[in-house]
Amino acid sequence: MQYALLIYTAPGTVEALSPAEQQALSVEYYALRDEPGMLGGAGLQPVTTATTVRLADGKPLVTDGPFADTKEVFGGYYLYEADNLDQAIEMAARIPAVRLGGSIEVRPVRGKAS
Amino acid sequence: MLAALVGFLGDFDLAEESAAEAFAVAARRWPAEGVPFSPVAWLVTTARNRAIDRLRRDRVLAAKLRLLAATMPDPAEAEVDETEIPDERLELIFTCCHPALAADAQVALTLRAVAGLATEDIALAFLVPAETMKRRLTRAKTKIRDAGIPFSVPAPDRLPDRLAVVLAVVYLIFNQGYSVPGEAGHLAREAIRLGRVLAGLLPGETEPLGLLALMLLHDARRAARLSGPDGQDLVLLADQDRSLWDWRQIGEAREILGLIVESRGPYLIQAAIASLQAADPIDWRQVAALYEELAGLTGSPVVRLNGAVAVAEADGPGAALAIVDALDLAQYPYWHSTRAELLRRLGRTGEARSAYGSALALAGTEPERRFLQQRIADC
Repeated sequence: MQYALLIYTAPGTVEALSPAEQQALSVEYYALRDEPGMLGGAGLQPVTTATTVRLADGKPLVTDGPFADTKEVFGGYYLYEADNLDQAIEMAARIPAVRLGGSIEVRPVRGKAS
Repeated sequence: MLAALVGFLGDFDLAEESAAEAFAVAARRWPAEGVPFSPVAWLVTTARNRAIDRLRRDRVLAAKLRLLAATMPDPAEAEVDETEIPDERLELIFTCCHPALAADAQVALTLRAVAGLATEDIALAFLVPAETMKRRLTRAKTKIRDAGIPFSVPAPDRLPDRLAVVLAVVYLIFNQGYSVPGEAGHLAREAIRLGRVLAGLLPGETEPLGLLALMLLHDARRAARLSGPDGQDLVLLADQDRSLWDWRQIGEAREILGLIVESRGPYLIQAAIASLQAADPIDWRQVAALYEELAGLTGSPVVRLNGAVAVAEADGPGAALAIVDALDLAQYPYWHSTRAELLRRLGRTGEARSAYGSALALAGTEPERRFLQQRIADC
């Protein structure tokens, strides 16, 4: 089964690290992508770079944000192939965000037909 | 039987449906043809074959069928040795109590799939409409399938944490049966039965035995715990008629406790406390020491509160009140009722009455409410 490991980070935790620690963290995130079963993934720029699009009266309504007034923000994801949920949980627990006060949402990816 | 089928088919609904079909076939054929040499094996094999028929009819599941056919030994329906069916109850229990399921779903699934209770009975015991319970079970089974919750016993390094969830589910079932009189009473017996199964299937673990002993000890006092014309008046441990206690059950629990000499987990300590409380006279200092050990293990303020009751008996209500007042448990009815009891014993009647009132406002069951009302009237 394929699982999306959705990474939620606690705002400010990465920024609080030294440049060397941030560098090490980024190396760790890249290393996880080389693990067996990893199909892909992406890390996102900070939420301050985000733009929100809605539809108002049939036209795109564009706003700045959303801003990080919530406890956790979506920061990126991995796509992971695992035999079952327990395997996916083991991998999720190894994602650095977890030990920095963040969390991982493990969501099975919808198949073509099941 | 259901455990074997879920293990084989990997699908709760399919397993349940084919089990029901197998029973129907048995009801038709056994009276005429006689009961087969090993009925359970016959039922499992028949159910498997029905499941395969069912899958065959379903083209979407064609891939699954190929997988099943490859692993299928395919013996004739009547000639299977019962010992060839793997005992997969443990896998079933760990699947039902997977931490990715909500606590109420874990409880409902365990009662439905492991204990074999009817959905309506589970709904009745937990005081929810049958439709609600049905939806809860369906949602849980769907999540097991769609999220890929495995049908397996966790790896050794994860076993202690996962076992803790299983034991908590069994104890929750027991407490529901223990605290809610009437309809839910049989849940306590189901929980004890589950406890026996777990202890038997995990002989290397001591905590299932601890939980079993704990449940046996509490359950032994069932008949003495409530009295009054409608059996809804709570009787405190000290006032219980000990001749009503089930001494055979207490003896069995003490035998279990005697078996275990190595390090004690939380259930074993609680069982040891319950065993001491069944003695006459009660060694309160020893009880207080065990609560201290338990609090060190769990860090739970509720455990400290219970420990304070033992301290009150050993060292007097003043020492106990100091412990109780330091706890942050204002949302917990027993914190108020324990405080009230200690204040009453210290002669601080006004404060006691108001504390009983706070407990009454939070009390969950009718016997508890009656008990507290009586206490307020006596103040």
